[in-house]
Amino acid sequence: MSDIDIEIDGKLLKAKPNSMVIQVADEAGIYIPRFCYHKHLPVAANCRMCLVEMDKSPKAVPACATPVMSGMKIWTRSPKALAAQKAVMEFLLINHPLDCPICDQGGECELQDLSMGYGAANSYFTYGKRAVADQDIGPLIETEMTRCIQCTRCVRFGDEIAGLRELGAIGRGEHMEISTYVTHAIKSEVSGNIIDLCPVGALTSKPFRFTARAWELKQSPSIAPHDCLGTHINVHTRAGKVMRVVPRENKALNETWIADRERYSYLGLYQADRVTKPLIRVHDHWQETDWQTALNYTVEGLQQVISQQTADQMGALVSPNATTEEFFLLQKLWRQLGSSHIDHRLRQIDFSDQDSFPVFPQFDGSIADLENYSTILLVGSNIQKEQPLIALRLRKAVLKGTNIFAVNMMDYAFNFKIAGKKIAAPHEFIFTLAGIAKVLLPEQADLAEVSVSEEDRVIAERLRAREKSIILLGALALNHPQAALIRWLVHQIAKATECALGLLTEGSNAAGAWLAGAIPHRTAVGEKVKLGGLDAQSMWKQARQAYLLVNVEPDLDCANAVVAKQALAQAKFVVSLSVFKNPLLDCHADVILPIAPFTETAGTFVNVAGQWQSFKGVAQPYGESRPAWKVLCVLGHLFHLPGFDYASTEEVLQELKLSLQRNATTLPEVPGAIIQKNGVMKLSRLGEIPLYAGDSLVRRAHALQSTQAIIEGELLAVRMNPQTARELKVTSEEKIKVRQQGGELSLPVIFDKRVPPRALSIFGGLAATTELGELFGAIEVIK
Amino acid sequence: MTEATGILLSEKVREQLDRWMVRYPVGQERSAVMQALHYAQEDNGGHLTEDIMDAVADYLRIPRISVYEVASFYSMYNLVPVGKCIINVCTNISCMLCDSEKVLEHLKIRLGIELNETTADGKFTLRETECLAACVNAPVAQVGKKYYENLTPEKIDAMLNELG
Repeated sequence: MSDIDIEIDGKLLKAKPNSMVIQVADEAGIYIPRFCYHKHLPVAANCRMCLVEMDKSPKAVPACATPVMSGMKIWTRSPKALAAQKAVMEFLLINHPLDCPICDQGGECELQDLSMGYGAANSYFTYGKRAVADQDIGPLIETEMTRCIQCTRCVRFGDEIAGLRELGAIGRGEHMEISTYVTHAIKSEVSGNIIDLCPVGALTSKPFRFTARAWELKQSPSIAPHDCLGTHINVHTRAGKVMRVVPRENKALNETWIADRERYSYLGLYQADRVTKPLIRVHDHWQETDWQTALNYTVEGLQQVISQQTADQMGALVSPNATTEEFFLLQKLWRQLGSSHIDHRLRQIDFSDQDSFPVFPQFDGSIADLENYSTILLVGSNIQKEQPLIALRLRKAVLKGTNIFAVNMMDYAFNFKIAGKKIAAPHEFIFTLAGIAKVLLPEQADLAEVSVSEEDRVIAERLRAREKSIILLGALALNHPQAALIRWLVHQIAKATECALGLLTEGSNAAGAWLAGAIPHRTAVGEKVKLGGLDAQSMWKQARQAYLLVNVEPDLDCANAVVAKQALAQAKFVVSLSVFKNPLLDCHADVILPIAPFTETAGTFVNVAGQWQSFKGVAQPYGESRPAWKVLCVLGHLFHLPGFDYASTEEVLQELKLSLQRNATTLPEVPGAIIQKNGVMKLSRLGEIPLYAGDSLVRRAHALQSTQAIIEGELLAVRMNPQTARELKVTSEEKIKVRQQGGELSLPVIFDKRVPPRALSIFGGLAATTELGELFGAIEVIK
Repeated sequence: MTEATGILLSEKVREQLDRWMVRYPVGQERSAVMQALHYAQEDNGGHLTEDIMDAVADYLRIPRISVYEVASFYSMYNLVPVGKCIINVCTNISCMLCDSEKVLEHLKIRLGIELNETTADGKFTLRETECLAACVNAPVAQVGKKYYENLTPEKIDAMLNELG
């Protein structure tokens, strides 16, 4: 259908058929006041604030629910429209308290603004106002329900966007209240968005409440440091201190939403265990010192290892949330010192196919594209937890008609409907994919021993249907002990069905790490290193004499806490560039250099789709912490290495980008492998990382930690299928002892039907479970 | 969202509900929510509890909150225990002009309770209601599916005897 001509306030406009008057007005920059309308939510038309005058209509009409018609004429500021808006405003203010100075929303309140613009100076209402009791809906959101004007944006957000309907309109008429009815904490991982949606002060941020006024805050754009899509955020600071984080609209990535992890992780920034001064170990005691001493101490220590042994004895590990500049400088320093042992893939185990990777982990298409596929195969991912905003995209896709199939290690309930699933314990996981591959490639010799199920045929046929489809690999697949085999199978399936592929890497900047060379087998140019270094796992297993850690908590951030602890204990010299203190590093490190988190440094994150997003430091450095890129530059100078004269991160980035232009590597074929039953392993651990335990910053955000306890349930427990329990002869009342690689732990049992047979789900990333080894390794139960 | 509640709907309610649900297209089970609540309420002796509402939600596979919304919206669902007979006395204009206040007073004295209360023996709950569309025979009260019209103290006594 062709565009329709309409006229708003005398302006001739083109409108798409089926669009609403308010959409056309918004596009043309004509503002119509509104409370309940939101461009990403379904239309409710219950606040009536957007009433406008329409020709041939005796009454004013709501602009949000009036579809455009050819030749339509609308007046948004005519006497009739203004009178209607003023009347609605008076009605809305009947029950709303007029005490803006004591309301947390004051100064950034849509009701306050619109009553200034469209309301009357006084009211005819002289009776008592209605009061509504507040409800405790969890550690993240504070309620003050007397202020609610019942626009139902929060209800519609849960229904339409988050896919978890928790708030509703209870009662009717004068007695209607927005509530959960049964008091409980909101469990959605994107719940914080209802704070932004709420046009009044009914729903506000609990941790931020009454700590600052909107007009005292300075807003600076930044990029979120936890997810792989590089969510756009605005950081609000007061006097150089971060006060809160809110979303920044970006249509292609996060629309107007952010996840709670992104919104509340700032709470960890100023925790008591933040490192404020450089620390060196003197006679087994920590001593605060100045930067010069600490840096000299670092250089001496490392040089001693180099001269006594070789540079080969040094390993560098860096958080996948570091900036691209930090990755680049770290690998430059390390390689110039003579070591190629550098890695950021801390929770991964299987690197055997790393030479066949493109310059950074493959992701076809864009993030926004995800909603346009007709079939999506999700492999090894608890996507809602790992990448909450990609899960929102997938939900959007499903509502449009996409079929999503899940091949997983636990039967997760997602916020979207799945068309089919295959669930298997980690050590049997490979067969789920092999079955699908075999349907597509019956002749493949490697798959000879694989049997095919009906579900495999359904999934394979859907992928083969030659519509637009994509396979997405999540953290559980990438961190799996047979990750290379999983990738090989997925490549086979993708090749046979011509579907796209996307690796949803952990951390905010895995792509940046690959591009900048923070990997043992390639330099920043993406060129193969002649003598490849050790990967993250081998660096621990073949223990080095010296370690350089950049924002790594080895016991919590790595795939195998046991070997990490052993390696650190025997190391001669350990340097940690950290934002926070960590008990393990307190024991084993020799120098701790305080570095700046993302809010206090400039840098660049490259998202999973290869989009470079630079950001600036928005807050003042805390204590004496310094941006890690500067620390690395100074270390380069102190080692008398050439090429560390950078005045800014832009210069670092420029050099990296220039080197990337030269790059043109041909990739070797992925090697095949014979898929056969592994007779040895009987029981495997599923060591998922809990919702808010992924990195050092979220682990310190107290409100997120209390929310995590509510959403995940008991963190320290063994979850198992009742069938497994029968086989092991355990009941849900008792505690059982599990053993993994020498470490033992006694944990209560929880029956959970989501866990497949022959798997025990025990969370990783927690201090209490670091006694156990590999996140996905073999495990045994000793009673 | 839909973990099993443990307290399931009785077999009778499920049977009634299964028969009712075939009236709606597959995937539109939510349409049966009002009837489901009626069945469940009747089965539970006249009122709904959170557990029952949860069980209804889980059975229809809809969010629990959307069941709470329906149950709290309509006045014919009782969220607190009520008597066996709920006497709804109309107090709208026609009935009021025909002395519905006296009707209420008489009922309060006879039953020994105030509005929205239940007698100690659990037999009667007294309520006030909006127009029952029987103004020609005002004052009117409704008990279950039956209307009692042109009420006088004598007629009320007779009604209570009949119901008691």
